[in-house]
Amino acid sequence: MAMALSVFVLIVLVGFELAHGSTLAMRTFGWRFLISSDWDPVNEKFGAVPFIFGTLVSSAIGLLIAVPLSIATAVYLTELAPLWLRQPLTIFIELLAAVPSVILGLWGIFVMVPWLRGHLFPVLQQGLGFIPLFQGPIFGPSVLAGGIIVAIMILPIITSVSREILRSVPGLQREAAFALGATRWEVTRIAVLSYARKGLFGAVILGLGRALGETMAVTMVIGNSPQMVKSLFAPGYTLASVVANEFSEATTDTYVSALFEIGLVLLGVTVLVNALAQLLLKTFAGPAGGSPR
Amino acid sequence: MTATNHQWRKAKNVLMQTIACVCAVLVILPLLLVFFHLVSQGASSINWAFFVELPKPVGELGGGMANAIAGTFLLITLASLVGVPVGVLGGVFLSEYSHHRLNWWIRFTADVINGVPSIIWGMVVYALIVVPMKGFSTLAGGVVLGLIMIPLIMRTTEEVLQLVPNGYREAALALGVSQWRMITQIVVRTAMKGIVTGVLLAVARIAGETAPLLFTAFGNAYWTRHLTEPIAALPLQIFNYAISPYDDWHRQAWAGALVLILLVSTINIGVRVLTRDRFSQRSA
Repeated sequence: MAMALSVFVLIVLVGFELAHGSTLAMRTFGWRFLISSDWDPVNEKFGAVPFIFGTLVSSAIGLLIAVPLSIATAVYLTELAPLWLRQPLTIFIELLAAVPSVILGLWGIFVMVPWLRGHLFPVLQQGLGFIPLFQGPIFGPSVLAGGIIVAIMILPIITSVSREILRSVPGLQREAAFALGATRWEVTRIAVLSYARKGLFGAVILGLGRALGETMAVTMVIGNSPQMVKSLFAPGYTLASVVANEFSEATTDTYVSALFEIGLVLLGVTVLVNALAQLLLKTFAGPAGGSPR
Repeated sequence: MTATNHQWRKAKNVLMQTIACVCAVLVILPLLLVFFHLVSQGASSINWAFFVELPKPVGELGGGMANAIAGTFLLITLASLVGVPVGVLGGVFLSEYSHHRLNWWIRFTADVINGVPSIIWGMVVYALIVVPMKGFSTLAGGVVLGLIMIPLIMRTTEEVLQLVPNGYREAALALGVSQWRMITQIVVRTAMKGIVTGVLLAVARIAGETAPLLFTAFGNAYWTRHLTEPIAALPLQIFNYAISPYDDWHRQAWAGALVLILLVSTINIGVRVLTRDRFSQRSA
C-alpha cells in the first residue's frame, strides 16, 4: 500500500523541491522571469523566454515531422503490411525507442549535422528561401537540427501508442466498410482513422510531452545559444538543455535558483501535457481498459 | 463515369498504401543509420584496453573506459535496490487490492510521472541528496535512476499480474490460504517471468540515461572507492567525450556508444525472445 502511494510522494517531492529551489529567483524576478528575454548570468539577469521559445519551436518541428510519419507507419503496421512483416517491424521500432538519447546525440553531432549543413540546408534555402524561416546564414547546429532529432526521438512512442490504438478498433468496423465495397484505403480512412481519432490525438500529445522534455540529444545539436532568431538555421536553446549545460557550472545562488525555476516551468508544462494525453488515451480505451504505454 | 471513378479509387488506394510503406521505411531508417555508423566508427576503437584501462589525460592516446563501464553496472545495481522493491510492491498493490478510485489516481499519477523529463529528477535529487551531503556522489546517481524506475516497474508489474487467471486466486483462497500468501506464492510466482521482463526493460531504459546523472553522479576520471564519491558512467563519458574537441576522445565516444547500445539492445532483444509466446498470443 505504502509502496503504491509512493507515486504521490514522488510527484509532491518533485514539485516541492523545485519550488523550494526557485523561491529566490521568484522573489528576485517575479513574473518578469517568464516575460524577459535577457539571459546574462554575469550580470545576474535571468529571463526564460528564449528557452521557452526554443523548446516550443523545436517541439513543433519535431511534431510536424513525426506525426504524419508515425501515424502512417502505425496504419501500415496494423492495416496494410503483410502479416509476416509486422512483428519484425514492430521490434525494430521498439529498438529505436530504446536507443539512448546520448547516442542519438552523438550520431547527430558527427553524422547528421554535417550532412544537414552540407546537403539538406542549402537545398532547403534554395527552394524555400523566400520564406523568412529559411533565410540567413547556415550554421550546422541549429533549431532545425534540434527539431529533426526530436522527431527521431518521438517517432517510436507515437508509432507504438498509435498502433495499440488502431489495434483496439473493433474488426466489425472494418468488415462493415469492406462489405460496402470500400477499398483498403477507404476502410482505413472511414472506419479506422475516424473511429480512433481521439486516441490518436492522445498519442500525439504524449509525443509532445516527450518532445518538450527531450534533453541530451537536443542539447548536443541545437547549438545552445539563448537567442530568438526567425531563421531555423540559427542555433537556439531549450529549457531542458540550459539546465543540462549550466546547472553544474552555476556559480551564484540566483543563477542556481533561476535554473530551478526553469526546471519548474518545464515540470509544469510536461505534467499538464502528459495528464491531458493520459486522459485522452484512458477515455478512449474505456475506464477499465489497460492504458497503452 | 463509374468505371473511371472506380479506377480513381483503386489508384488512390495503391497510392496511399505506397505512402504508408515509405513512411514505415523512413521511421526505420534512423535506426539503421545509427547502428551502421556506430559499428563503422566504434568497432575499430574497441580493444582489450578499452575494457580494462582508465581514461588517459588529454594528449595521450589510448586508455579505456573501465571505470565508466563498472560505474554503469554499479549505478544500475543501486537503482534496482531502490526501484525494484517499491515498483514491484506498488504494482502488486495496484493489481491485487482494489480501491477503485484510489487505484485510478495512482495509475494516472504513475503514467504522468513517467513523462516527466529525466533531467528534472536530476535536479530534485541534487537538492535532496547532493546539497545536504555537500558533494556529487554515487549514492545520488543510484537514487535518481531508482526513482525513474519506480513508475515504469509499477505499471509493467501490474499489467502482468492482471494476466494471472482469477481462478488461481480463487482456488488458493478456497484452500484457506491467507491473502498475502496467496499473492506471494501463487500470483507473483505465476507472473514471475513477466515481472522480471518489466524490471529488465526498466534497467535497459536507465542504463542509457544521461541527463539525471550530470549533476548527481557527475563522472569521475578514476576509480570510485566510496559511495560518497562521484562516479563515472558510460552515458556520461560518451557525452563528455562527444562534446570535447579531441579526435581521440571522439573515437572513444563512438566505442563507448557501441558498447552501451549493445548492452541495451541485448537486454531488449533477450527479453523479447524470452517472452515471445506471450506476445504472439496477444497479437493472434
